[in-house]
Amino acid sequence: MVAELGQFVLVLALVTAICQGILPLIGAHKQNAALMKLAENASFVQFAALTGAFICLTVGYVTSDFSILNVASNSHSLKPLLYKISGVWGNHEGSLLLWVWILALFGFAVALFGRNLPDSLKARVLAIQGLIGVGFLLFVLFTSNPFERLVPAPFDGNGLNPLLQDPGLAFHPPFLYLGYVGLSVTFSFAIAALIEGKVDPAWARWVRPWTLAAWAFLTIGIALGSWWAYYELGWGGWWFWDPVENASFMPWLAATALLHSAIVVEKRDTLKNWTILLAIIAFSLSLLGTFLVRSGVLNSVHAFASDPARGVFILMFLVFVIGGSLVLYAVRAPAMKGGGLFAPISREGALVLNNLLLSTAAATVLLGTLYPIFLDAFTGEKVSVGPPYFNATFLPLAVPLVIAMAFGPFLPWKRADLGSALSRLKFAMFAALIVLGLTWWLQTDGPILALVGMGLFAWLLVGSLIEWADRIRLFRAPFNSSWRRMVTLPRSAHGMTIAHIGVALVVLGITASEAWQSERLGIMKPGETVTVGSYDFKFNGAEQIVGPNYNALRGSFTASKHGGAGYQMFPEQRVYTDPPMMTTEAAIRPMLTADLYVVIGDEDGAGGYATRIYHKPFISWIWLGCLTMFFGGFLSLSDRRLRLGAPKKRQVEIKGKEAPTHI
Amino acid sequence: MTRKKQRLYFVIAGMSVLAVAAALVLTSFEDSLVFFHSPSDLAEKPVPAGRTFRLGGLVEEGSVVKQGVIVQFRVTDLAESVPVTFEGLLPDLFREGQGVVTEGQLNEDGIFVASNVLAKHDENYMPPEVADSLKKSGHWQPEGNK
Repeated sequence: MVAELGQFVLVLALVTAICQGILPLIGAHKQNAALMKLAENASFVQFAALTGAFICLTVGYVTSDFSILNVASNSHSLKPLLYKISGVWGNHEGSLLLWVWILALFGFAVALFGRNLPDSLKARVLAIQGLIGVGFLLFVLFTSNPFERLVPAPFDGNGLNPLLQDPGLAFHPPFLYLGYVGLSVTFSFAIAALIEGKVDPAWARWVRPWTLAAWAFLTIGIALGSWWAYYELGWGGWWFWDPVENASFMPWLAATALLHSAIVVEKRDTLKNWTILLAIIAFSLSLLGTFLVRSGVLNSVHAFASDPARGVFILMFLVFVIGGSLVLYAVRAPAMKGGGLFAPISREGALVLNNLLLSTAAATVLLGTLYPIFLDAFTGEKVSVGPPYFNATFLPLAVPLVIAMAFGPFLPWKRADLGSALSRLKFAMFAALIVLGLTWWLQTDGPILALVGMGLFAWLLVGSLIEWADRIRLFRAPFNSSWRRMVTLPRSAHGMTIAHIGVALVVLGITASEAWQSERLGIMKPGETVTVGSYDFKFNGAEQIVGPNYNALRGSFTASKHGGAGYQMFPEQRVYTDPPMMTTEAAIRPMLTADLYVVIGDEDGAGGYATRIYHKPFISWIWLGCLTMFFGGFLSLSDRRLRLGAPKKRQVEIKGKEAPTHI
Repeated sequence: MTRKKQRLYFVIAGMSVLAVAAALVLTSFEDSLVFFHSPSDLAEKPVPAGRTFRLGGLVEEGSVVKQGVIVQFRVTDLAESVPVTFEGLLPDLFREGQGVVTEGQLNEDGIFVASNVLAKHDENYMPPEVADSLKKSGHWQPEGNK
């Protein structure tokens, strides 16, 4: 029953989306208020219908209704409740339902928060959202229906891949999708602006919060995925330049660029064409990511199924959306006149540099990701493009980006003086040199890149702090007045500082963990002690244990530093029953200065066990840095200037009063 | 600062970043392309020792020998097979008769020294490259590997 209901509301959502996609466009063209108004109501209905569909599928999972094919293939009655629920999106069909549901959620949010949008713009934005929804709903209904029945219903389900039974991964897809799909709003705004032929600072102000939200979610989604890979896969790595990772990283790069170029549109009414193009590219990359992951052209845990019909459908959809929007862009963009002029050395100039570097980086990642697919398609030759390529192309672009990041906020709009920015950054330079020197002195053997990385970390961290301190005139004005300035400083300014510090922390984590990781691989007998990094690891022995839906070999280790207090660590090698599968559960002791990471493997037949032990300095800062960026993004989002409910007239007034240097 | 001049700066900046990127791509691309070969490919067209590539196929039944953390096994496409040695912990799904992809180099004795055995996270899963090479060697059994 629940499946039929789900099926029904899905079709209802499709019909609504078709209306939402067509009628308001006509309405906006003819200035028919009733038709334009329809967009809002349709987006409510669509959201309600898809919420219903999502609930239906969730009920199917929670009640273990194995007459639904999707539930039978991916769930099991003995699975813990959390994983029954996360199992809803832990498979192809369900994750696409999540995709369209989030799409509808964003449409609903635009309708809800966009009360101050001009009627025609709002109608058009919602119509484009509706059209994207039509495409995805057709895909869901015709190639990936989650409500398909299975007759006869099996006694129990197949179970969920145990690697996916994990809290980190339970929330990875929703966050990632909030990011991917959030970019659809920016895209819809861009297309609507192209149809209207008008882009102004107000437009940028409406677009920015959506970009910011999408970016923040994308950041946290990627971080969760990488964290999961780190602790669940048991190889100690956190980023493999795997095509699936690249698929989420490319939209992130584009969204980061978009976030910054939208500032220029808002403040200086220029770079409009470029910003529109970026909005199109960013969403295209997230569609491409969906295509790469969902079509089965890639081989990995994410490719739940490889059904050629699905691949062809998404590819057609991709061609239609990207091709269509680029054609529209080519026709309409030249008509949009650029606004204020600026010198190469200026805030705008720095943001252009940011955009150039980020989009070039995205392009090189795209090339490396797609090349094997094209080569296979055209010559049948199988290759893979490995991490060396990505490291060799991405890092040289990232270094100037980080250098410029500390500079940018010091440069005034229009025209700037590099010398005065440098003189204000002299402490950052000192800090970078000191850290660089210290690193050089401390490190006995390590890559030269480690020096650069540590220097960059100090440069960006101190540079961001100086900029923030400058704004509130810390130590230059009486403390009270600094405090007042800090409180009244726009939240978006605090947000920027925090997000930039987050990047600095990520740089620290990557550099230190890559350069100074220690690793030991070997057979250990009970009672044996080895030293890795600055820690002694004593192997106490291993035993068989029985878990809720698995059996495991559990090792026991005591890690201690120079005979100090010991930490108990229990790595496991699990064998799940449904589906029968082995997983490695690393024992990880995260600390601010280093992570200890222990993996246990098979017995060697003589009482010893294969073990792998890592000491990874500062690695937690990679994820803490991402969390900091996420927080900065949200703080910025809460800025009252961007708060969407404020009446339009007032926004214009506030804008007039603003100090020109605020971002 | 005129509009024309501004556009010129844009073009110059854009071009120079692109040129740098193109140079980076071109210099690193050749070295980081890793080709995939099946045991039959190797028998047909040997790869010189010391060149990194991926070798994929099935882990030959009864070929796995573990000595401490060093594992020796043979990768086969049921027509030809290649001896492989690997030092490290094998991925969870490594099993005799299962599909496997390894990355490494041949040594002077014709043994493939794997630096990496790629983990596949699903027991029904067959790496597409391996499926293709099995089809080529005529030993593909689709029902067995859905």
